[in-house]
Amino acid sequence: MKYQRDRIYAVLVLAPSLVLLAIFVYGFIAHTFITSTTDWGQGAALALEPELNFVGMQNYKALFTGFLDARFRQDLVNMLFFTVLFVGGSLVLGLSLAILLDQGIRGEGFFRTVFLFPMSLSFIVTGTVWRWVLQPRGGVNVLPTLIGLPPAAFLWTTSRQQILRFDWQKLPWYLALAGVVIFGLVAYHYWRIRRRRAAAIAGIPAAALLAWILSGAAYRLNAVLLPEPHGLNLALVGIVLAAMWQMSGYTMALFLAGLRGIPDELREAAKVDGCNRLQVYRFVELPLLKPVMLSAVIVLGHIALKAFDLIFAMAGPDNGATSVPAVLMYLTTFRGNQLAKGAAIATILLLMVSALIIPYMASTLRQRGAER
Amino acid sequence: MSRRIRPSQVLVYLALIVLAIIYLVPVYMTVITSLKPPAEINLATAWQPPTVLDWEGYATAWTQFAPKLKNSFVLAVTATLLSTFLGSLNGYVLSKWQFRGAHVVFPLIVFGMFIPYQSILIPLFQFLRKINLYGGITGLVVAHVVYGLPITTLLFRNFYAEIPNELVESSWMDGAGFFQIYKSLILPLSAPAFVVTVIWQFTQIWNEFLFAVTLTQPAAQPITVALANLAGGQAVQWNLPMAGSILAALPTVLVYILLGRYFIRGLLAGSLKG
Repeated sequence: MKYQRDRIYAVLVLAPSLVLLAIFVYGFIAHTFITSTTDWGQGAALALEPELNFVGMQNYKALFTGFLDARFRQDLVNMLFFTVLFVGGSLVLGLSLAILLDQGIRGEGFFRTVFLFPMSLSFIVTGTVWRWVLQPRGGVNVLPTLIGLPPAAFLWTTSRQQILRFDWQKLPWYLALAGVVIFGLVAYHYWRIRRRRAAAIAGIPAAALLAWILSGAAYRLNAVLLPEPHGLNLALVGIVLAAMWQMSGYTMALFLAGLRGIPDELREAAKVDGCNRLQVYRFVELPLLKPVMLSAVIVLGHIALKAFDLIFAMAGPDNGATSVPAVLMYLTTFRGNQLAKGAAIATILLLMVSALIIPYMASTLRQRGAER
Repeated sequence: MSRRIRPSQVLVYLALIVLAIIYLVPVYMTVITSLKPPAEINLATAWQPPTVLDWEGYATAWTQFAPKLKNSFVLAVTATLLSTFLGSLNGYVLSKWQFRGAHVVFPLIVFGMFIPYQSILIPLFQFLRKINLYGGITGLVVAHVVYGLPITTLLFRNFYAEIPNELVESSWMDGAGFFQIYKSLILPLSAPAFVVTVIWQFTQIWNEFLFAVTLTQPAAQPITVALANLAGGQAVQWNLPMAGSILAALPTVLVYILLGRYFIRGLLAGSLKG
């Protein structure tokens, strides 16, 4: 039958792509995970058929608690700070640009082009250029001398200053505290909308963690043998600025598309009700931009977690102050020949990106399904 | 353009102009530094334009980078065409020939575009070595085609979803088969989707670095790797990496300036909201 034949063609056309993706995405992810539970490294690292021994979760344990892997922990902290600063900064800047451009101005096309063109560059180009712009004894730092002031002294990517320090040894205590806050907020939210059962379910772990903290046991539990301070490296500031330069235009484009999608009747109605311009933004447009904001957070967030090229080009892979797990994975695997440990870092990175992407994909696709 | 500038808008213009100047500062510094003779490049005078235009930086960058630019072109063009064509076929099947399980398969395909490639890099590296494609451009093309499939499939599937199913059905009733419908109905309507996808893929592949730095040997290196190596060296005169940056950026910036409209469309679609 013709219909049957055409359906077979359809499946045959899709099949090669599906097989490729099944192997290259899911098969390879599984392979990476299996690699991360072995001792593959050093000596015969580059053999095509190396001899591997199963070591369980040892590589992961070493990364989070081992004496030699303190750099991984600082990289993890760097990544989290970089993500928060970059996503926050890009959102604020992107939204501001979008609102400015939405004022019915002349030359909108020109401004849009200026703000968006960095997006078309390679992170390697951006990194190379910004390395020059943020030279400690040149670039932006000598700008004040043009009007007779002394040059600025901030060392940018070569800075070794660290703020917001905390002790990794006391990580269980910090995690418990974070748990109390998160579960507490969830419980409070359900309490307010009168869903007592849900409030109780979230409230119990909050109370348990609080009790654990108050008993002093959480503080006595040490994650690592010695006190190990980590914090926000100020060297990251320059990287954040360069990344914002490159990506805030994208955020602007997202918000601008969102603003243009709001029907004018809504704005007019608000004005008739006596809202001034600011109030229209505050009470009409911003709430309607929430879905766009969510998309932007997810897209920027996963770009930040994966940041590699920009840091590589701007600060170099060996600059510990600006390093992140994505860079460390490259060094560990391809320079250090510790393939199993590299695989473990890669798996941790994948888990963090997935934690961000999977809920988002699920909700987006479900909404789509409901629209049909 | 008959809009008048209202007084209340003066501040808006002021803010926009200041911001535009800030955004263009790196461009200014790159261009002036790339045109200075090495002797004139000095951290203290980094902001002053060159006293004489010196094209030496470009000449050197060009002789060093010409083979790498060629590698990037071969890589980006081949991988873009292959992944776009496959994406178009996949999108056609997924939007017009829904089969059981398609709603499970589609998210599994799309997830592939979000993963950090570090998580597949070690097996990919081993695999390419095993089939003797490690180090050359072909291996890099394979990687970019396969990992480009999720985004190209997504773009085409969302575009084809807008073509009414009735068109496909009536064409099928008239006796057209699977491939005929694709050739005579779908393809002629696909030009905008092809433009968006080709631009997106070309820009992504041209700019890519992780695969390029781990899967190629010097002879096959694309421009991004060459530039990173050059700028990473400490003793280098800065006119060279700046000229190199401009050479490396030119193709994608030109695409953006000439076809910006489509570029933005790909960008917005990249956020899943087709």
